[in-house]
Amino acid sequence: MKNIHVSTTINGDPTEFICAPDESLLDVLRNRLALTGAKEGCGTGDCGACSVTVDGRLVCSCLVLGAEADGVEVETIEGMADGDKLHPLQQHFIDKAALQCGVCTPGILVAAKALLEKNPNPTDTEVRYWLAGNLCRCTGYDKIIKAVQSAAAEMRGE
Amino acid sequence: MALDENGKRIFKQVGTRPARPDGIDKVTGRAMYGADATAPGMLFGHILRSPHAHARIKSIDTSAAEALSGVKAVITSKDFGTPEDESVRDVQDNCMAGDKVLYDGHAVAAVAANSLAIAKKAVKLIKVDYEILPHVTDVDAAMQAGAPLVQEGRGLDDLPAGMSENVTYHFEFGHGDMDAGFAKADKIIERSFKTAATHQGYIEPHACLASMGIDGKGELWCCTQGHYYVRELCAGIMGMETSQLRVTASEIGGGFGGKTTVFIEPVALGLSRKAGRPVKLVMPREDVFRASGPTASSSTDVKIGMTKDGRITAAHATFRYQGGAYPSGTVQFGAQSAFAAYDLDAVQTIGWSAMTNRPKEAAYRAPGAPMAIYAVESVVDELCQELDLDPLDVRLKNSAHKGTKSSYGPTFDDIGLEATLEAAKAHPHYAAPLGPNQGRGLSCGFWFNFGGNTSVSMNLNFDGTVGITEGNPDIGGSRASISLMAAEELGIPYEKVRTIVADTNSLGHNDVTDGSRVTFAVGLATIKAAREAIKIMCARVAKIWDIDADAVYWEDGFAKPSGPNAGSFDPMSIEEIAAISAETGGPISGHHEVNADGAGVSFGVHLVDVEVDPETGATTILRYTVFQDAGKAVHPDYVEGQMQGGAVQGIGWALNEEYIYGDDGRLQNPSLLDYRIPVASDLPDIDTVILEIPNPGHPYGVRGVGETGIVPPLAAVSNAVSRSIGLRMSALPMSPPRVLKALTAKG
Repeated sequence: MKNIHVSTTINGDPTEFICAPDESLLDVLRNRLALTGAKEGCGTGDCGACSVTVDGRLVCSCLVLGAEADGVEVETIEGMADGDKLHPLQQHFIDKAALQCGVCTPGILVAAKALLEKNPNPTDTEVRYWLAGNLCRCTGYDKIIKAVQSAAAEMRGE
Repeated sequence: MALDENGKRIFKQVGTRPARPDGIDKVTGRAMYGADATAPGMLFGHILRSPHAHARIKSIDTSAAEALSGVKAVITSKDFGTPEDESVRDVQDNCMAGDKVLYDGHAVAAVAANSLAIAKKAVKLIKVDYEILPHVTDVDAAMQAGAPLVQEGRGLDDLPAGMSENVTYHFEFGHGDMDAGFAKADKIIERSFKTAATHQGYIEPHACLASMGIDGKGELWCCTQGHYYVRELCAGIMGMETSQLRVTASEIGGGFGGKTTVFIEPVALGLSRKAGRPVKLVMPREDVFRASGPTASSSTDVKIGMTKDGRITAAHATFRYQGGAYPSGTVQFGAQSAFAAYDLDAVQTIGWSAMTNRPKEAAYRAPGAPMAIYAVESVVDELCQELDLDPLDVRLKNSAHKGTKSSYGPTFDDIGLEATLEAAKAHPHYAAPLGPNQGRGLSCGFWFNFGGNTSVSMNLNFDGTVGITEGNPDIGGSRASISLMAAEELGIPYEKVRTIVADTNSLGHNDVTDGSRVTFAVGLATIKAAREAIKIMCARVAKIWDIDADAVYWEDGFAKPSGPNAGSFDPMSIEEIAAISAETGGPISGHHEVNADGAGVSFGVHLVDVEVDPETGATTILRYTVFQDAGKAVHPDYVEGQMQGGAVQGIGWALNEEYIYGDDGRLQNPSLLDYRIPVASDLPDIDTVILEIPNPGHPYGVRGVGETGIVPPLAAVSNAVSRSIGLRMSALPMSPPRVLKALTAKG
């Protein structure tokens, strides 16, 4: 099968690429666009390390085809900071030691940002259920939940 | 290296919580992990794996794969030689099967092609003719005479009657008169336990980028806990001198012991050598489960005697571990650690290890200890219930302390177990009320800790800033801890120090990041390297001041005259000394190389409250508190992180995680959907209490903290569940169907 030409927007930038019909968005990001912040932990949508948003919706990019990105807006970890200014979630993850190895961190940050856009004042339980699709093996999640909550408080202006 | 100032040192930076140096890279997606590197002309590799648990390879036909357009190399075991060293041969055979496949998922051939899609297509074109052989995956079955033999000629020399040649190791530890000890007991409980094999479950699959030149020089980029060991293994397998292979460790996306060896790196090097191009090889998650190191599964018998007032009179345990398809001695650590928390007059442990048709075991956080201590702490808890004794009081009554001859031989120096138990007893968690269907469990945990070969350089830059070059992949924030110790010793701000993990050509050999050794041993070497640099700086200043080097001392980043007799000079800052170093003798560096001992053992105690749903058998963790001795917590955030992360891995082991094999010997659940590790919604906060009982073997009193935390949860959760349902559980994981079955049987 022939490759497909795709026009999309990634982190606000108009972007074009070609990909195979069966190529995942994750592989496109990583192998064709040098956006390696999204990670492949499983390739089956179970770990969330490849989390990105498509038109604002949180998805596992390993379960989205590159071809499906045509005409949509994709946001990845690489677009999270505003130039040299970190997003509050990024800053609180550093300040609260919410990462150890850091390989799940991009996906968790993208997922947490999507949560706070929907629900700026979540309970701990809501954070835990929202992030249940993002596996972390190092931290036991404790410091992640606390970092999300302190970032949320800052974003609410508290 | 002895503890400074008898443990009374006042720290200025050690013990604070600054931002980690790799934080920005890791929150922005810039950090480079194993699969993130590329090279010019790079090919993509893929591995063909056995669908059979045990089979003889009669033939492999790679011709169709080789003929596929875009395929640049196909390799099998015939593309490798035969290393002299048996353990290297085993690693090689595990990476690429020789005459037989020994487990479901064993590699048999590999392809490098222009794209991963082509490589995957080519792998499907390889024809392997197998003669299927009988298999065995259970440890008790594997040990019985007549069991299918995994490998010939590997059994114990003095094999007892009735045992299979699959049995490869036997250990015994202990002291005292067992019969006399049991005779003194008012109550003796004897029980058998089983634990399932679990996987380390790092989120980053194994990945590497290998490049072999036609001149025989090689470059390897990979995610690993120890690139020096990777170099030695790969050079051994490739028949290279170690100097010809340079290994660079990428950022590592978790390891927990599972990245202390190699699974794909020699294959990538072999493909690269044959293709004459760089090859990237990334393990799919399914292969991570099927073919990279799980921990051992275990079968254990424990017998403990206790007096009415809670004194243990004798303790005995027999451990049987299976370590997969190759000899594996992990059971030694189980047999050694089982009763480490207790001061016993009569104790004996026996360990047996057997081969099975499962993947080659790799280390997993405190390898061997969790399942052994699970069995022991379960029986201690049951004795407490039977004799109506408080489980913390009983542990305190029998607690190992300074001067205790441990069950595995050595006599303990300063240890933190009693203080840790006292802290647990005083904590509000221990007195909190429990509701219906709820139970509270506790367990002690232990790990030996390790020092090992370590080489560190400290370079003073001309602007007075400092570079630390070390050789241990940073798996959980160790660069921050190393920078803190360098800053503390030099008396300069943390921000002035940058610590990097260098490649294998940059330093002497550094042992693997394992045994909770890095903060201890690399920290120790960093302190010593800084002291060497301080000595040089003081000598340079003495030369300028024209006084004896002994008359200059170092304080808070300045060289100062040691007293009125030394003369009156304005202190010279590290910046001033650095700025003129070209005129005083050239660049200033400190180095330290050591095979460190004195790591100092580590104890912890975990408290957990659970609720068991009687209708589903599902267990909810309601509250969890970890108490652990860190010696000295260099960066408390990351000490807490180790305690929390270890606890949650142990909770997963206790409640859900297991390798499930079918009758066909195939792994039934090689995915993160079916192998269920804890997710955020499974858990409450994990509270932590850090104890600091200084380790006499480290200048700042540091003990490793990485591994102990995974040890207590197995028994703590099992004890809580057992107390909650009024029934002693004796197998892990306590998944809902298992608990429900036990509840139904109880009626």
